Amino acid sequence: MEIVFWVCAVGAVAMGIAVFRVDSMARATFALLASFLFAGVTVLLVELTYLGVLVILMMIMEMVVMAVFMVMYMMNPAGLMPMTMVHNQKGSLAIAVGTFAVLAAGIYLVDWPTSQASRPDEPTMQLGEALMGPNMLTMIVLGLALFATIIATVVLATNRGRYDRYGDRLEHRSPRDPVRGGIDR
Amino acid sequence: MVEQTAWWGAIVLPVVLGLFALAAASWDAVGRGGATLPLRSVAGLLVQQRRRTLAADTVLWRTAGIVLLVAAVLAASVVPLGRWVVGDLSVGLVWFNAMEIVAWAAVWLAGWGGNTAFGLVGGYRFVAQGLAYELPHMFVLTTAAIGAGSLRVGDIVAAQQDLWFVVWMPVAFVVYLVSVLAMAFLRPFDQAVGNDLAGGAVAELSGVDRLVFLAGRWVLLVSGAAMAVPLFLGGGDGPILPDWLWSLVKTAAVLALLVWVGRRSPTIRMERFTEIAWMVLVPVTLLQALFVSIVVI
Repeated sequence: MEIVFWVCAVGAVAMGIAVFRVDSMARATFALLASFLFAGVTVLLVELTYLGVLVILMMIMEMVVMAVFMVMYMMNPAGLMPMTMVHNQKGSLAIAVGTFAVLAAGIYLVDWPTSQASRPDEPTMQLGEALMGPNMLTMIVLGLALFATIIATVVLATNRGRYDRYGDRLEHRSPRDPVRGGIDR
Repeated sequence: MVEQTAWWGAIVLPVVLGLFALAAASWDAVGRGGATLPLRSVAGLLVQQRRRTLAADTVLWRTAGIVLLVAAVLAASVVPLGRWVVGDLSVGLVWFNAMEIVAWAAVWLAGWGGNTAFGLVGGYRFVAQGLAYELPHMFVLTTAAIGAGSLRVGDIVAAQQDLWFVVWMPVAFVVYLVSVLAMAFLRPFDQAVGNDLAGGAVAELSGVDRLVFLAGRWVLLVSGAAMAVPLFLGGGDGPILPDWLWSLVKTAAVLALLVWVGRRSPTIRMERFTEIAWMVLVPVTLLQALFVSIVVI
């Protein structure tokens, strides 16, 4: 158990450093993914199985999509030229070291509460009830707000809405799309 | 109901998966080079020298096949064979989902690593296809979990003792099979490795790398087919025969169905499939989940 933890801890930090050392966007993305996966395994170690597996699942998915965008927008996608992931080197170094020091000091200085209660059988169920039980109304409102934001963003970002596809009076029976196929045509 | 195997279960599992994968690949090759084509290809790829491309990202390229194969085997580790399961996780269903998502990364890496245009296009095609099949797929897994009230695969099997899930969630079952074909980028969802791209993501893969990657793809298909059995077909439930044999028979049947459908279908372009997935599959799977939720309540 302890060995696995140290392997993951060292691996996560090493991969995190690698993100800034490699000279290709794809490698940086997947080094970051590896770092997240190591962090996910440490969550598994404290027996939060659901959260740990979820971290692994979401991170793989997210970082693959991220890779597409990183390669699309960042400098030197292919790694054919030397590049650096580091900007504002001294400032960011100071912020990073400072944050780490504060968090690490917090771990040791805060008087963490201890609990005599035994572990629940189903931590996933407990987590769900803790999140959803007393805060159901908040969660529903939050869900609606998030969903509305997503739709608003898509509406603002799309360059070809239904009036472009079906005409100004929505008079076309089948949409005019640059790509054939799909539904309704 | 379901119990964890001893350590040797983890050794037997890859062997069984490998045999299934070989059988599936062999049947798929009937009429396109003969049933022995996969075996001959294995022998050929083992001795073939690696082709190299200019400025290939070798690390990421090799990683692609290895993670695909490993993840495909790990995905199957939560699938029970009758009463035995290698890893009896309390969140087995989420684990299965997490492992099969690795295919996204693997195919993209395989396409990227070779530093060739066709490969890269193939890799991007698969990410687009992933965005299409993954949401319906997740809703389908959720539906089965709601039906059983548990994320443990063993509990899902136990919940089907009276009535198999396929009977009252047929839509979920069909969409699950479609998404398994899509995740293993098998026909009709093989555009990421399509002939129009001279092999797409695997265009420049050669030798052992190619062998590992393609093996990973077939094992992923087998894992997906095997998972359909505990999710929808009652696991090892069946008359006369022992339950492990029923699991094997059902897995073989699902696998045969998938390969047969694949052989008879033309390739679907991923942008067409994306529209179908989002406009048809997502709503019907949500309705199926709603139906199941209401029945459960």
